[in-house]
Amino acid sequence: MLYRAHVLVEVSSNSVPLGALQIKELFSAEIKRRGLSQEVQVLETGSLGSEIPSPFVVIYPDNVIYAPVHPQDVPRIVEEHLLKGRVVEELRFKTPSSGGVGELVSTFPLQKERRVVLRNSGFIDPNNIEDYIARDGYQALAKVLSSMKPLDVIEEVKASGLLGRGGAGFPTGLKWEFTYKAPGEEKFVVCNADEGEPGTFKDRLILEGDPHSIIEAMTIAGYAVGASKGYIYVRAEYPQSIAHLEKAINQAREYGLLGKDILGSGFSFDIKIRKGAGAYVCGEETALLNSIEGGRGEPRIKPPYPPQKGLWGKPTVINNVETLANIPPIILNGAKWFKNIGTPTCPGTKVFTLTGNIVNAGLIEVPMGITLRELIFEIGGGIPGGRGLKLVQTGGPSGGTMTPELLDVPMAFDTLPKYNSALGSGALTVIDDSHCIVDVVKSFAEFFLHESCGKCTPCRIGNKRIVEILENIERGKGTRESLVLLKALGENMKATAFCGLGQAAPNPLLRCLQVFEEEFAAHVEGKTCPVGVCKLEKKMVYAK
Amino acid sequence: MMGAITVDDKLFEEVDQIIDRYAGEETPLLCILQDLNAKFGYLPQPVLQRVSKKLGVPASKVYGVATFYSFLETRPVGKYVIRVCKSTPCHVRGATDVIKILKKELGIKEGETTRDGLFTLEVTSCLGVCGVAPAMMINETTYGNLSEGRIREILALYRQ
Ligand SMILES: Cc1cc2nc3c(=O)[nH]c(=O)nc-3n(C[C@H](O)[C@H](O)[C@H](O)COP(=O)(O)O)c2cc1C
Ligand code: SF4
Ligand code: FES
Repeated sequence: MLYRAHVLVEVSSNSVPLGALQIKELFSAEIKRRGLSQEVQVLETGSLGSEIPSPFVVIYPDNVIYAPVHPQDVPRIVEEHLLKGRVVEELRFKTPSSGGVGELVSTFPLQKERRVVLRNSGFIDPNNIEDYIARDGYQALAKVLSSMKPLDVIEEVKASGLLGRGGAGFPTGLKWEFTYKAPGEEKFVVCNADEGEPGTFKDRLILEGDPHSIIEAMTIAGYAVGASKGYIYVRAEYPQSIAHLEKAINQAREYGLLGKDILGSGFSFDIKIRKGAGAYVCGEETALLNSIEGGRGEPRIKPPYPPQKGLWGKPTVINNVETLANIPPIILNGAKWFKNIGTPTCPGTKVFTLTGNIVNAGLIEVPMGITLRELIFEIGGGIPGGRGLKLVQTGGPSGGTMTPELLDVPMAFDTLPKYNSALGSGALTVIDDSHCIVDVVKSFAEFFLHESCGKCTPCRIGNKRIVEILENIERGKGTRESLVLLKALGENMKATAFCGLGQAAPNPLLRCLQVFEEEFAAHVEGKTCPVGVCKLEKKMVYAK
Repeated sequence: MMGAITVDDKLFEEVDQIIDRYAGEETPLLCILQDLNAKFGYLPQPVLQRVSKKLGVPASKVYGVATFYSFLETRPVGKYVIRVCKSTPCHVRGATDVIKILKKELGIKEGETTRDGLFTLEVTSCLGVCGVAPAMMINETTYGNLSEGRIREILALYRQ
């Protein structure tokens, strides 16, 4: 159905405690009372950034933001704006910094936006399986079960060129093929919904907004590789995702889309949820397996890889939430359709999460190959307060560091490594020039120190030493030697740490030591912090 | 505090009930500890020992798991556990101030519990709501866009 207007109510972990759900209901009721239900649709949306007070409402296509909205404002907005077409200036959100009128630069959907994995988020009620089915949900599963052999499914996924979205970008079809070929009666499908990388929250929004797409994709994966059991490992920080998934799993079972003899095909598959308990390292695939097995989430040595020996030693395919969300559309529309999106070597879309010093924090799904300039300055609305860009951390602390001269590099798994960077999970943390590089790098290092599992020495002790040295530098106790030591420590850790956590931990440090050499030098030689963040005694001003 | 746990047969009965719920599951140790933690607020030693005995899993392994995860507590905690994020996206948007304000408002340091047993303050990594940084979680509810005023408002909700 076509609507002449959309009312987007912010329903997020942030606005619900402030009455967002009540606001949404009031809008629906008032719109119905006014006989506008056929013309105006009420939708939920996420936060748009900290400048806009919660709960807010955006009205499209007029692009008007009302914020914060109180229950008593609703009848007025409906009567004046939606019925009579007059903006209620008094309730309209004004940007505090500029004094101007808050307006989303973009239209809905955004021009550059391309929704594949978020195809249903914001459009359906995630707690109603019929909404999902009405938008072609479970069609791909029906197609697979009725007309494709497991190897056909694997071939289609391989042909699509889909690369895993969990960070490493491994070809999904190949992983499925390894698992299919591995000998063994019992096999497993695991969905990695641990999502602990700072700056990343895309998987949460997929799980909260469209849980059935993950259930459908896992069932397809189970059919393809020969598994009859699946586990979704969700981090404990996401109670809302867990609640939506539980409901969705029960509904799918009721409809015969999960469980025994699915759609009368003879194929059986069921899914269980396992809740994490607050440990970032559990996102690493083998640590995740140990955690599902009830133990400490410490990584295992690889090889053997999970497709050979995974959960309880059985062949296991582990995929990220966003990877899985791509599967039903690929099956329905074909590999060729998918290859036409994004870049030739890295097809499809990517969900990016914009965080840090950016005007519109939030998420956006766009074709692979988009540039940082487009993401930050067009979609993200730039940097608040007219500050300059210092750096962008892509893919969280484990990803890559991008500096302003790399703003026009196409973002994809295979392009960023050419610039010593990495796409990772798609998180973008924008850091403006009011931040000191020593402080920023220390913040990354503290994260790894907090999250190191302690199994191996380079990571357990290395991260501790890095934080200590950086603290000393901040206090004016650093020397040239400190920088040499930091570099050596970092390189050692990269070479010797047991798992990806310890190996990636020094990445932001090593890169920033190089790129921001002068700023580090100012701290250790001039004993001064050029940005004025560190508590250095101002003995003398660093002169170049 | 939720700390007043008496060790008696009734306690063990409750522990056993939770363990029995997972009778059909392969390796359910973590699930059991999560449920016990939710029930008692933390995992007292006698409870851990009971789990070890009943599952036939060495006590060292049970302790190992109980101490590995940040959502499992081995010491009594307050009724509400506040977890403040200090990862970089929150950090660049003022997480340091948030922690300072919370310490001042509650009169405690990181890892401590208020004397009335209401709040425990913990500093932690990304909570996955970085779009509304700086953020914190109180038990299972997440709060974002924190400012001094908003923190006071939120704490007041829990103090009622
Ligand atoms: C320390 C560490 C943390 C990780 N965290 C996650 C995570 O939170 N979510 C995820 O999907 N993959 C994570 N990964 C990557 C997984 O090990 C694995 O590559 C991924 O789940 C595979 O799925 P994909 O092929 O669909 O990308 C992490 C890896 C490491 C080394
Ligand atoms: S690198 Fe760090 S997280 Fe990985 S095994 Fe070693 S100590 Fe654990
Ligand atoms: S960085 Fe704080 S919630 Fe993600």
